[in-house]
Amino acid sequence: MSWAEIKNLQSISLKDIPELSFSELRSQLLDGISSGKRLVQFFGEKINDDIILYTILADDERSKLFIALSKSKEGDVYKSLTSSAKTFHLFEREFYEQYGVKPEGHPWLKPVRKGIAGVSSEETPYEFFKMSGEEVHEVGVGPIHAGIIEPGHFRFSCHGEVIHNLEIELGFQHRGIENLFLKNKSNPIYLLKLAESIAGDTVIGHAGAFARAMESLAGINISRRAMIIRTIALEMERIGIHLGDLSALSGDVAYTTGNAVFGALRTKIINTTLAICGSRFGRGLIAAGGVNFDLSSNLINEIIKTLNKIDEDAELAAGVLFSSASVLARFEKTGIITRDTAREIGLVGPAARSSGVSIDVRSDHPYEGFMLLPVYKLTLNTGDVFARAYIRYIEITQSIKIIKELINLLGEGEVIVQNKKIFPEQFVISMSEGWRGEISHCAVTDNKGQLRKYKIKDPSFNNWLAVALAVRKNGISDFPLVNKSYNLSYSGFDL
Amino acid sequence: MMMTVQILFIIFAPFLFLGIINRIKAMWAGRKGSPLIQPLYDFLRLLRKGEVISKTTSIIFKIAPAVNLSSVIFAFLILPLPAIGAVISFDGDFILFAYALGLAKFLAIVASLDTGSSFEGMGASREVTFSTIVEPAFFILLGTLALLTGQTSFDAIFNLLNSSAGYTVLIKILFAVSLIIMILTEGSRVPVDDPNTHLELTMIHEVMILDYSGPDLAFIFYSSGLKLVLLSSLLAEFFIPSNSVFSLIIFIGIIFLTAALIGIIESLIARARMSHVPQFIFLMTALSLIAFAVVISFLRGGL
Repeated sequence: MSWAEIKNLQSISLKDIPELSFSELRSQLLDGISSGKRLVQFFGEKINDDIILYTILADDERSKLFIALSKSKEGDVYKSLTSSAKTFHLFEREFYEQYGVKPEGHPWLKPVRKGIAGVSSEETPYEFFKMSGEEVHEVGVGPIHAGIIEPGHFRFSCHGEVIHNLEIELGFQHRGIENLFLKNKSNPIYLLKLAESIAGDTVIGHAGAFARAMESLAGINISRRAMIIRTIALEMERIGIHLGDLSALSGDVAYTTGNAVFGALRTKIINTTLAICGSRFGRGLIAAGGVNFDLSSNLINEIIKTLNKIDEDAELAAGVLFSSASVLARFEKTGIITRDTAREIGLVGPAARSSGVSIDVRSDHPYEGFMLLPVYKLTLNTGDVFARAYIRYIEITQSIKIIKELINLLGEGEVIVQNKKIFPEQFVISMSEGWRGEISHCAVTDNKGQLRKYKIKDPSFNNWLAVALAVRKNGISDFPLVNKSYNLSYSGFDL
Repeated sequence: MMMTVQILFIIFAPFLFLGIINRIKAMWAGRKGSPLIQPLYDFLRLLRKGEVISKTTSIIFKIAPAVNLSSVIFAFLILPLPAIGAVISFDGDFILFAYALGLAKFLAIVASLDTGSSFEGMGASREVTFSTIVEPAFFILLGTLALLTGQTSFDAIFNLLNSSAGYTVLIKILFAVSLIIMILTEGSRVPVDDPNTHLELTMIHEVMILDYSGPDLAFIFYSSGLKLVLLSSLLAEFFIPSNSVFSLIIFIGIIFLTAALIGIIESLIARARMSHVPQFIFLMTALSLIAFAVVISFLRGGL
């Protein structure tokens, strides 16, 4: 493979990225996927009339990333990769929607974020899949929902109570956030706020990924203390959301005790984040060059005390939840995604690990605090709602251990360093493991040392398809449970 | 005096009944919970609100809540209550009782289909499915009672049942457990339905009333509370000693105990999967059949 080999957070000069013809790129991508590599990025950039397609593959076992690019023009047609490897399907749809380069033979070239009206007015509007026959009915849910949740449309084709197909329509929250990054490239504070707003439940995850990308482009090394504080915040975010999701999963099966206990524990952890930085969701903590808030020794004691309490109570509550027959009857064998499917469609994060796919950026492509201590990859095999719920619990206990160990390694030092100017004509990929899975940000700089392209991939982008596949042949009344077990972001997908 | 107390009790019991369930659930969850008469506040609030009525609906949708409430009140008149006795009583009146409730349910189902919403159609389909399982079981239960006592009106059945101590506790327990399953099913409680969920796709009763608002919704809330009290009263009938001064107190006590029991059940178990709900309701059929078999052998002198 003639691709450039890089590491997570290693910036590379644009000149060093090998340019391949489209057919070469295609065959090498497919070779890479069939030899066990994983697709991380596949996105375009328009420079004058050229459309540059950047592709990044990950070799997770060897902690390596491979990058190559290819150039084409608007209106070009290439042979679709999706027919050979399903993991490309959404990336190709996005690339077509944004740049008009058409993947010929793509089985499902539906618009990603522009709604069913489609990319251009000449094309016929997209139509949902339809089923017909006795006792077949269609149910449409959303984009306006009964609870306070984000907008998305779900179209179910059912036979009686059984779902045969679910089509998910997103894009209602499209804010053009990648373009906002370019418009405001001279205002670094604004860019951080923007990164914090990519997905409201992954503030630390996205802001951290952005800050590391900028630091790598500018060649800034932040202090060990700052790195550890960031990692602690990331793990606290993970604990908080996992506790909240366990609470919501209990609520969805009307298990009152679990709903109340996990909900109360979540408040404890997010209030600790509040004590650190003044925001329960960690807004304002991360800065380019370090963190805005240091940890005092009082605060550290407070954190340890809270974590011990959570560890103790979560063990009790999880013991009751995961041994209750009526709860297990709902969780087990509901919404199964097998290991093969998970690999094929490129799942990431706890969703992949609960289906037996052993990937975790913290261990595969370590950064910040995770370079100081190894993270064991936790996997479960059943791929059902139970596995996705139980993995939340074991990740909570793992994160508590990680934070406690990192606190011992804190050391002394300034938590923020002077910002520097970023280098021109560079490319960097910043991957991190948010609570939902692999977050990856890519930045490209122009010849003046300013952002030329900023690409964001929230784990929801990889995982939404799994929700649609998991609910097939399940009861329609189990859909909310399966959906909650993934708890994917709409705004993170819509960007 | 006793009569006034009892009528007032029945009017306010639905609010307290729901209030007790909510309070017990809150206690199990470690919360303080809302005031006991919060359902009454909600009811009054809804009465003061305006209404939005979907343009696709017909007269059925508008009359359903009123028919619903009046049917449940009518069913109350057939039950022999401690201080009032049965207002309406004739041979075979229990069939009227069952079909007064049936009429209420039929109107609710037709009204939900009237809206033309796919959610409500789904809820109606579930409601019908589960009702078709409950109804035969309920009739086996009533038939068994008639067979046991040789009477066919509620008034006579319960008079006889409670005056002679000879009838076994076993039969009463079988009846009570089947009725509790019926209360959970008909009252849309866990594990059959979840009254607190916001997820339309999992709802049964709640989704059928999605289009109602204001006073109509208040009527529906009230009549579903009243139905819970009605079925709990039927349960209480089995344990009220006849001609006792304590009968009213025991009656009220059993109704509130039932509320507490529902609260405890809802706190301890999760809701069943929709496809497993029929199994739970068939438990009622099984228990009724056992009661039937016990009565047959009892009448033959086998016990």
